[in-house]
Amino acid sequence: MRTIRRGAPAAFMAVALLAAGCGTPGGESSDNAKQAEESKKNSAKVDVAKAGDLTLTIWDQEVRGGQAKQIKQLNQSFQSTYPNVKIKRVAKSFTDLNTTLKLAVSGPKAPDIVQANQGRQVMGALVKGGLLKPMDAYADAYGWKDRWSKTLLDLNRFSSDGRQFGSGDLYGVSQMGEIVGVFYNKDKVGSVPKTFGEFEAMLAKAKREGEVPISFGNLDKFGGIHEFQTVQNQFAGKASTTDFVFAKPDASFDTAENREAATKLQEWAEKGYFTPNFNGTGYDPAWQQFTKGKGPFTIAGTWITSDVASTLGDKAGFFLMPGQESGAPPVSLGGESLPWGITAKSKHADVAAAYIDWITNAKAADVLVQTDNLPAMAAGTQPASAVSKDVFAAWKTLNDADGFTPYMDYATPTFYDDFSGAVQRLMAGKVKPDAFTQAVQEDYTKFADKQ
Amino acid sequence: MTALAPPGEPRRIAYLYLLPGLVIFGAFVLAPLAHSAWLSLFSWDGVTPGAWTGLDNYQAIVSDPRLRAAFLHAFVLVGFYAVLPIAIGLLLAAAMARTRVRGLALFRTVLFLPQVIALVVVAVMWRMIYAPDGGLINEGLRAIGLGGLAQNWLGSFSLALPSVGLIGTWVMYGLAMVLFTAGVQKISPSLYDAARMDGAGPVREFFAVTLPGLRNEIAVALTLTTIQALRSFDLVYITTGGGPGDSTSVPAFEVYNRAFRGGDVGAASAIGVCIAALIFVLTLLINRIAEREAAR
Repeated sequence: MRTIRRGAPAAFMAVALLAAGCGTPGGESSDNAKQAEESKKNSAKVDVAKAGDLTLTIWDQEVRGGQAKQIKQLNQSFQSTYPNVKIKRVAKSFTDLNTTLKLAVSGPKAPDIVQANQGRQVMGALVKGGLLKPMDAYADAYGWKDRWSKTLLDLNRFSSDGRQFGSGDLYGVSQMGEIVGVFYNKDKVGSVPKTFGEFEAMLAKAKREGEVPISFGNLDKFGGIHEFQTVQNQFAGKASTTDFVFAKPDASFDTAENREAATKLQEWAEKGYFTPNFNGTGYDPAWQQFTKGKGPFTIAGTWITSDVASTLGDKAGFFLMPGQESGAPPVSLGGESLPWGITAKSKHADVAAAYIDWITNAKAADVLVQTDNLPAMAAGTQPASAVSKDVFAAWKTLNDADGFTPYMDYATPTFYDDFSGAVQRLMAGKVKPDAFTQAVQEDYTKFADKQ
Repeated sequence: MTALAPPGEPRRIAYLYLLPGLVIFGAFVLAPLAHSAWLSLFSWDGVTPGAWTGLDNYQAIVSDPRLRAAFLHAFVLVGFYAVLPIAIGLLLAAAMARTRVRGLALFRTVLFLPQVIALVVVAVMWRMIYAPDGGLINEGLRAIGLGGLAQNWLGSFSLALPSVGLIGTWVMYGLAMVLFTAGVQKISPSLYDAARMDGAGPVREFFAVTLPGLRNEIAVALTLTTIQALRSFDLVYITTGGGPGDSTSVPAFEVYNRAFRGGDVGAASAIGVCIAALIFVLTLLINRIAEREAAR
């Protein structure tokens, strides 16, 4: 071994370093903003049948149950109507898609259509990189602005530099809606509460009778965001929450209303209105207790509707958390599924827009209903089960009143963890409500300072 | 042939034989490592051009109380992933060394099983076992009248980290035990005979014969389990997601968070490089100590 020179490993490391490619990461994409600006100009409604033979590459995450059914059905109908278009579908799970999309879209073989999740993490980053095509021209051409309420479109908007969320250019549209509301068991709840106070009285009554008033599990962390916002919406104004999430100047979380909401939620936790040991109970096992007939309520998203319908049947119902006063305009945490957008590099953007129109038009809405989904667009067909009917009615009420508030975790790229952790602390009684709102505001300011 | 040349082929040809392995190692280990180190010097969101920030990302690791906490949690996990399993493994090995157990192979296989199961499955299973309501532990305690000891295992701010750690103990002790029982069989029986002749009891025998005889095995077990503890991600990701609050966040989880959720690839790379460096230093230390002990 004496003959082996000591310098060899070092030399090898140096070669490895060179091979690793030491340039500014992401450097070559600097002119993408210009590219996106270019692509904005040439957008037109086209007759797909005359577009010639082409392939659309689509990256989506419609892989579960009814989601998978609807997209297969719609893809088939699109292809049989336009045999000249071949759809090359790359289906991934939600997490996989979110983690790989940036690389795929910035690479040389970018797909034509992608589902780019709302918010700064995915859509914001792609817009910043000039990798998505602004779709306002298509929205005008296809009449999309009548298809969705303002908030639902705003959630898919960014300023062209990707800094301002919730306004600016449209970068995608969504097929399905979701609301976070209250599922109830008709055996245990006589009538739907008309005010927040009535709802609270029901919780107290259920507790006295030895029931778990609200089935709730927060081990997975995201559930707490929904519980908090459901209460928050009845205290803080819709505009203040929306402005905060969209990071409007002067928007703050540390407000008297949010402190009131935090106090109320903590009070509910202390009074035992939630599943005992909720921070250590899984999200699914908790609402499954409700579907097994235990307890009067669970606060959850409409994604559990079909499970609730199949277990509780006609005993199950759904309502939006009522306001402080009877007849107050409805406000609820809600949103829409991952938006379908077009990449700036797509060579078939116009056909891609036609495809997106196809999967969101009135016929598509009916397909969504038939496959147990809640379309974000108006649908002609009505769902079968009682609870689904409630959900449909609630969606229509909210959509007409434009009463959605967006998910708090859209606010900053790290807010999902920041905020869900903070709610866990609040509900466990580890922090006082004013310390909670302050801490959340601090996390938010850290991001705002970096912007 | 001159007298000065060593016999056989020229030494330089050795590089040629090393080349295939070296190329693969370089392409898949060294180059990515170097690339991560390079990325850690930038503030980069993964899409737009990055900005050179020098050592800022490293400075942030030291100054960010949450990251400091994450590294602290990792060290707590070393106790559960490495120290505890090795203690249990030694105990089992010592017990097996003294008595002839019938069906030893079966026991060994059963005790080793946790090592074979994918960590994701382990985590999902333990989530159910730890469930406050309907979970195996709490229901078991209630069944024997000890319901007062039932805990909010993964949801309590003080218990969550030890609870996650104990899963690691369960996974790792099998590895330690198999290493040690194999090692014990290598120790010459005459040493045990001599110890017994000198009147050593089981405890004395363990410290005088078994423990020194297992030095190399302990070093190997310690190295493997410490690495697992420091880079542990799956268990935390699936059981608690770092919660409640931040009480179970670990560095590897923060890497994932920053790179794939937060869009801060530079900071994520910096944490990754730190984990790698930490593991490198610790394993070096463990092996140095083991060698020095051996030389004594």
